[in-house]
Amino acid sequence: MKLSELTRPWSAFSYGFLDESAKREIRRRILKAIAVPGYQVPYASREVPIARGWGTGGLQVTLTLLKPDAVVKVIDQGADDSVNASSIRKFVSRVGGTVETGDTTQATLIQSRHRIPEEKLREDQILVLQVPNPEPLRPVQPDMSVAREMHADADYGQLWLILYEQLVRSGRIMQGASYPSMVNGRHVMTPSPIPRWDVPKLNRADHLTILSAGREKRIYAVPPYTSVEPLVFDDVPYRVEDHQDKACWRSGVRGFFMNELPQEDGSSLYELSDSHFGIKHIRKAAGEAVSIGETWYRNGRMAR
Amino acid sequence: MTAPGVAAPTGLERQPPRLMLARPILTMRGVARRYGDVQALAGVDVTVYPGEVLGIVGESGSGKSTLLRMMNLEDTPDAGTYHLALAGREPAGPDGRNLFTLDRFQRRMLRAIHIGIVYQNPHLGLRMGHTSSGNVAERLLIAGNRNFAELRQRAREALEASEFPVARMDARPNTLSGGMQQRVQLAKAIALEPAVLLLDEPTTGLDVSVQALVLDTLKRLQRDRAITMVLVSHDLGVIRTMADRVMVMRCGEVVEEGLADQIFQDPQHEYTQQLVHAKL
Repeated sequence: MKLSELTRPWSAFSYGFLDESAKREIRRRILKAIAVPGYQVPYASREVPIARGWGTGGLQVTLTLLKPDAVVKVIDQGADDSVNASSIRKFVSRVGGTVETGDTTQATLIQSRHRIPEEKLREDQILVLQVPNPEPLRPVQPDMSVAREMHADADYGQLWLILYEQLVRSGRIMQGASYPSMVNGRHVMTPSPIPRWDVPKLNRADHLTILSAGREKRIYAVPPYTSVEPLVFDDVPYRVEDHQDKACWRSGVRGFFMNELPQEDGSSLYELSDSHFGIKHIRKAAGEAVSIGETWYRNGRMAR
Repeated sequence: MTAPGVAAPTGLERQPPRLMLARPILTMRGVARRYGDVQALAGVDVTVYPGEVLGIVGESGSGKSTLLRMMNLEDTPDAGTYHLALAGREPAGPDGRNLFTLDRFQRRMLRAIHIGIVYQNPHLGLRMGHTSSGNVAERLLIAGNRNFAELRQRAREALEASEFPVARMDARPNTLSGGMQQRVQLAKAIALEPAVLLLDEPTTGLDVSVQALVLDTLKRLQRDRAITMVLVSHDLGVIRTMADRVMVMRCGEVVEEGLADQIFQDPQHEYTQQLVHAKL
């Protein structure tokens, strides 16, 4: 049997903007990232038609995983309609011929910047998170070669020092996003700048999460049913944002992560950060037949 | 009662040499290190006994700081062995193993848990942007302590033992005086009660009054906790105040070694005589 008979022709991979060798490389890196949860796998981040720092890492993974029958959702800090999210979604749709959606439950591939949707993801869905800075040790170890040694040694004591300093100076943990989390009990990762509210959604989730940093050329992953534990002190429990009692001024929904809208009189309004989730609730309230998926949080508490 | 004309004891007077126990806590044999054309260490042997203060003196370039770096496992020699007696300590120490053969992680952990060091330059030993208590807590964190209240308590205790004003325990070291920074380094070094405390010119650069205070603190710690210390200094006054035994180094070799009184009162080697007389 010849090698050519065992492999598919290269043309089968040449689809969705990236060339076949790029896709092969990124797929192999993704497989390695899945095999070693939380480990940052280097890859040759390509040029894509958006600027570095605007989601190039996420876009490359999305394009690599794209199939003609994919249903793609792109969100930017919870919003489907931001310029960045819309541009990426249209680009993916144009080069891949895929279906665009804002509905989390319908999407098979979700690229996100800084949020995880409120509706629970399933085994058949993949979440791609854009990551600006993949290295959780950077605040304590600016020398990246030493930081990699520390990862190899699972030497993470200094990360607790950051939390210690926050508790001493502010009386509480001030890490609002990119909360360092232990994956599968081995590697500490930064779960991209998602809020603390979203970190528990990664723990033993049904879906696969792939995190990609285009500038830093690193891919890492949280496979399904893998533990993701935020670093905490024994006597200082992990706390999510106090949004349990906030109500969305547009949809009236309570118990989910909100955006705060400061008002001229000094007060604040709140609206659902997950914009399409809010739209669904508004439509449902208006009598439309809308299917709202199961949510991670119920009554403002993580439902597990 | 104190006899007329005799000052009342302060508890900080020079103590007679302590009894050398049979089993040394630190042993180095034949340690050699060459940097290019310079033979920094040429087969140096060191033995340190529990609870003693070993002073290492010598001119600049004599190899004393290089030797201290070897003791702190920051460098690997070209030849030689290094053993620390860590029996009974947790985690189980690499008793019987040449510590120079340990891998990077083992060295880091050994350094973090069993060896304390105070550098001449506080920037080498402290994170200036973190709180003083955080600097002490870092050592406890690396050792696996994850209880915030306990970390605070133990950092406070270590700083108190170093005679650091605990009201300023959350001040950043870069807002403290040189003497205070050395006390934070000292607190960090003793937080885990190390097997051996390495002091690399700990009072150099401090004014005389602060120098005396830091030395008093070291002496008190040594007396109260029986901490084994290796003190490197080119200041014979400091060595004479602190050390039980003295090792005199020159050009990477030990030229003389003995009890402190013996070295200072009856130096045998010509170089030691020059050093002692130059000081006197």
